[in-house]
Amino acid sequence: MVQLTLPKNSRMRVGKTWPKPEGATNVRRFNIYRWDPDTGENPRIDTYFVDMDKCGPMVLDALIKIKNEIDPTLTFRRSCREGICGSCAMNIDGGNHLACIYGMDEIKGDVNIYPLPHMPVVKDLIPDLTHFYAQHASVNPYLITETPTPDKEWRQSIEDRKKLDGLYECVMCASCSTACPSYWWNGDRYLGPAALLHAYRWIIDSRDEATGERLDALEDPFKLYRCHTIMNCTNTCPKGLNPAKAIASIKHMMVDRIV
Amino acid sequence: MRYITPRKAAEGLGSAHEGTQHHWAMTVSAVALTVLTPLFMIVVARAIGLSQEQLLAYFGRPFPALITALFVIVGMVHFIKGTRIMIDDYFQGGVRKAAIIFSVIFGWAVIAAAVYALARMGLGAIVVL
Repeated sequence: MVQLTLPKNSRMRVGKTWPKPEGATNVRRFNIYRWDPDTGENPRIDTYFVDMDKCGPMVLDALIKIKNEIDPTLTFRRSCREGICGSCAMNIDGGNHLACIYGMDEIKGDVNIYPLPHMPVVKDLIPDLTHFYAQHASVNPYLITETPTPDKEWRQSIEDRKKLDGLYECVMCASCSTACPSYWWNGDRYLGPAALLHAYRWIIDSRDEATGERLDALEDPFKLYRCHTIMNCTNTCPKGLNPAKAIASIKHMMVDRIV
Repeated sequence: MRYITPRKAAEGLGSAHEGTQHHWAMTVSAVALTVLTPLFMIVVARAIGLSQEQLLAYFGRPFPALITALFVIVGMVHFIKGTRIMIDDYFQGGVRKAAIIFSVIFGWAVIAAAVYALARMGLGAIVVL
């Protein structure tokens, strides 16, 4: 359901301002969302100053520097640091990005960092993605066949394989789904752009034999048709994918079944 | 507190197996309105400045009457289905159901009023009787 204001216990307050690094001439200010469930306090925005002459170019470099050198309690997910694992998705400068491949030179002024929007927060910049992952699992993101497995591989033409380009690259970072207003308001029932992109990846796979069942499972006013082509998903995808087009393609297939 | 697995929460009540008809009906009515809206504007523009008697005679003719009737009926059906989308987006539970009922009643009431008005203008005395 639509929420126009934050709940009382989610309203942010001004937090701690950490001292500037001594002797640094090229300093950048970071305003970072902090919340610790163990304290029972409301979230706060802590301010850090990073010496950019001794920091890597990406936002994740600055976060790691802050954690290593200023405040070891700052909590965030990260792993591959090259845009493959999708762990470090967060809201940076008002948009959802992977911190590891988002350069600080793309940001003007202060760097404002929040967790992915409209998700329960585990701690600091870590959102709870349990429901998001369960929705992904619910679309059965794997090959389903009735035909006995061939002795060698399932064959696929070059043309059919090309249809998977722009779909299989999704790293499930949740940037798209958490940028979608429809997912904000009805995320309990609407599958969201990421799960639907993965659903389409298997619907369009020439080797998959469960196309009808997959479309049946998606034909629902909430699971699929809450998408209104707002396009935030496509605008924000750190991998340059187009979930909105995938969802539109699913709708076309749905219409092709009745018309 | 509910002790259900994340997968059960994600599955919910399962697929309703509907939504495509609604989506297709919105598409069809939207296309129809792209034709009907300019035609209705022409009908209204040609009625400007007419006296009451001339106006009654004008809407007694088939083209203005049918275009107006089609515009109102298709437009309000589009309205009913469109507001359903917005209601589903922004409301939940009992409020959602009440809003849907209100929207449907309002839409069909407008259609009924428009059809009655056109019939009365076109058929005049017969309807009054």
